[in-house]
Amino acid sequence: MAERLSQKQNFLKGIITDNPVFVMLLGMCPTLGVTSSGFNGLGMGLATLFVLLMSNIVVSLVKSQIPAKVRIPAFIIIIASFVTIVEMVLEAFIPFLYEQLGIFIPLIVVNCLILGRAEAFASKNNLLSSIVDALGMGIGFTIALTVLGIARELLGNGSLFDIRLVSEDASTLILFILPPGAFIALAYLSLAFNKITKTT
Amino acid sequence: MGKKKSTFLNMTLTLLITTVVAGVSLGFINDITKGPKAKAKLEQKINALRSVLPEFNNNPVDEVLLVKTKVARDSVELYPAFKDSTRVGTAVVGSSEKGYSGLIKIMVGFNPDGSINNIEVLEQKETPGLGTKMKEDKFIRQFRGKHPSTFSLEVKKDKGDVDALTGATITTRAFNEATQMAYDVMIEQQKNPEN
Repeated sequence: MAERLSQKQNFLKGIITDNPVFVMLLGMCPTLGVTSSGFNGLGMGLATLFVLLMSNIVVSLVKSQIPAKVRIPAFIIIIASFVTIVEMVLEAFIPFLYEQLGIFIPLIVVNCLILGRAEAFASKNNLLSSIVDALGMGIGFTIALTVLGIARELLGNGSLFDIRLVSEDASTLILFILPPGAFIALAYLSLAFNKITKTT
Repeated sequence: MGKKKSTFLNMTLTLLITTVVAGVSLGFINDITKGPKAKAKLEQKINALRSVLPEFNNNPVDEVLLVKTKVARDSVELYPAFKDSTRVGTAVVGSSEKGYSGLIKIMVGFNPDGSINNIEVLEQKETPGLGTKMKEDKFIRQFRGKHPSTFSLEVKKDKGDVDALTGATITTRAFNEATQMAYDVMIEQQKNPEN
């Protein structure tokens, strides 16, 4: 089915119709774990976008060289390499973000979104389609994580991208910063997202 | 997909090549990022020293003392600060493993009389929005200018003098413990400077 889509549809499916977070509910671990602020969500989204793009490119290029029986281990090595690169680069050049994302960077390796796209899309499509697919999915993931982060930060901490909107003493809905709040916020955002996209 | 047949040789070769390429490229990136990584760490340390100590013009990082004491398991970093060869303060890295999510590392700057000049949080994994508020001025403010011999480093709930963070008493206790450790190490080092 994917081959018949135009590149524009291919790109938009990752953002709207097949949004990895709001529609497919993939990659829940980083989605729920790191989105305690808008900045963290954006950082995690961009890191994932980079890994997804690079792994889709490489998988698409080497797909005919990899025997079917060892494709999963080969994909995992490719993905893990790019994740390690991201981790080292972040630690060296953006130490602040590296500290914030912490354990969730290595966990990008097992983000099922990335392996899922490698297996379901990049290993069956040409380079251009795979790049477009990675960009669409990655941007869709980034937008979703950023929106979720903004919502949780706003409700739970009363700030937006670390800029305080209420006084330090104001009581905020701390629940939304904590893990249960992530589920609640995600559920309502997902509901709203599907309501909007399905009716138009 | 899989134009190559899954023979034993093919599979072994594919995985071998994949891992070798991955290994070599990671080694290469590691070499590139090693320098900036160390620099970023050092910069963070210098910034922390600047913020916790009174004005100084020596290089405390070069004069760091690793103090071994009874109060801490590992040796503790102690940074003496001088201005025109007069001692203006000491910064000590205190830590506690009793945080809500494990290790908390802070840098405490002391004035020459032993009172706290300022505190900076170096490492923590506390709950965002609750425990992480220990980094904020509103919390740290209460320690400034206080002398740990007269200012009890316990939360008010435990009959001490420290206002706990709302919803993060455990974090506050760990923070106090780390501060106390830094103070004890400094005092001990003053008594036997040979350590």
